Amino acid sequence: MQVTSALPIAKMVGANRLVLGNGIIHVVGDARASAEEEKKVRRQLVEKALAALRAEDKSA
Amino acid sequence: MRIVHYLNQFFGGLGGEEKAGMALEACAEAVGPGKLLEQLLDAEARVVLTLVCGDNYAVENQELMIESALEKVREANAELLVAGPCFLAGRYGMAAGSLCAAVQAKIGIPVITGMARENPGADLYRESLFIIDSGDSAAKMREVLTKMARLAEKLIRNEPIGSPKEEDYIPRGLIRDEFVEKTAAERLVDMVLAKAKGKAFESEMSPTTFRPVSMPPGVSDLRKAKLMLITDGGLVPKGNPDKIQGSAATRWGAYSIKSCDDLKGEDYEISHGGYDAQYVRQDPDRLVPLDVMRELEQEGVIGELCDEFISTSGLANPLSNTRRMGREMAEKAKRLGIDAIILTST
Repeated sequence: MQVTSALPIAKMVGANRLVLGNGIIHVVGDARASAEEEKKVRRQLVEKALAALRAEDKSA
Repeated sequence: MRIVHYLNQFFGGLGGEEKAGMALEACAEAVGPGKLLEQLLDAEARVVLTLVCGDNYAVENQELMIESALEKVREANAELLVAGPCFLAGRYGMAAGSLCAAVQAKIGIPVITGMARENPGADLYRESLFIIDSGDSAAKMREVLTKMARLAEKLIRNEPIGSPKEEDYIPRGLIRDEFVEKTAAERLVDMVLAKAKGKAFESEMSPTTFRPVSMPPGVSDLRKAKLMLITDGGLVPKGNPDKIQGSAATRWGAYSIKSCDDLKGEDYEISHGGYDAQYVRQDPDRLVPLDVMRELEQEGVIGELCDEFISTSGLANPLSNTRRMGREMAEKAKRLGIDAIILTST
């Protein structure tokens, strides 16, 4: 699966498990947040990524 | 004309999958499709050597196979190398493509092969070789070999080669000067008018196409899964040991994160010229989420995190490069028994 902030590119090449990242400059981070909050953001994104890994193809 | 012909074990008549592990063998005459090839070329043409190699052996020992084949092609004083046609057979196409590319570069004689457009070998070698578009049906053997023979004759005689459409080879992406009657503006207007009237027209730009990738089944139990982190954001250890280029990278690296549960900015740098990397430099976990992955590992949410992460730089890179690197990374992940990968892209 791919975490990216450039979803159109990932879709164009046919990637099929996608999570929208938190900006190109910090895909799984947040420079404006406190260290503690930032880690929460990262954890949420990684948990979404894990959910994407578990997902089954519903179009098939 | 002295020809060397490369075949896999199946077309070489030696067996199916059970023979896929066989090493390169040589036979001093035409075999299978090679006999037909001789008939299709002029009376002077002889297949002086047929090289047959098992599909698995060729891909798993590519360097060895090529080294040994190059020696045999040299010894045979070949004037032409023909490989395949391979149709949709992926390993066969990879072997034929890599051998043709090596013979072309190191011996300098004309080479020709044939594959389906969807063959991974076509993807990898179409820019450097003439690959006749074989389609996927081996029933078209005669038709495909005829096209390969015609194009090979032109290459040998140094005659001008027509467009992919005229000669039926897979487009190489070459751009060539040509005299035309109408200016670009006139051609454009003609196309717009044809489009507006619903008539057929042909664009002069061919957009890149991507084959649909089928989605593999989901990971049934993450608690037992081994995960790996990959990034194309250019995170490399200080000093960039693999010299991964910051643009159009041809290399990637695997870096140890064994007994490390938080990436520190002072240990890493960014080799990527396409984004403002100051935030990742401050804290690389913003790109490669190691700290969180370790937490999830300790909590038992995931089974295990691979003790290396993979990195390259995804910027202004030709597809032939990125496809090759992607394949190499996938091979490594497979070797390490990885069940799932999280790729973080800038």
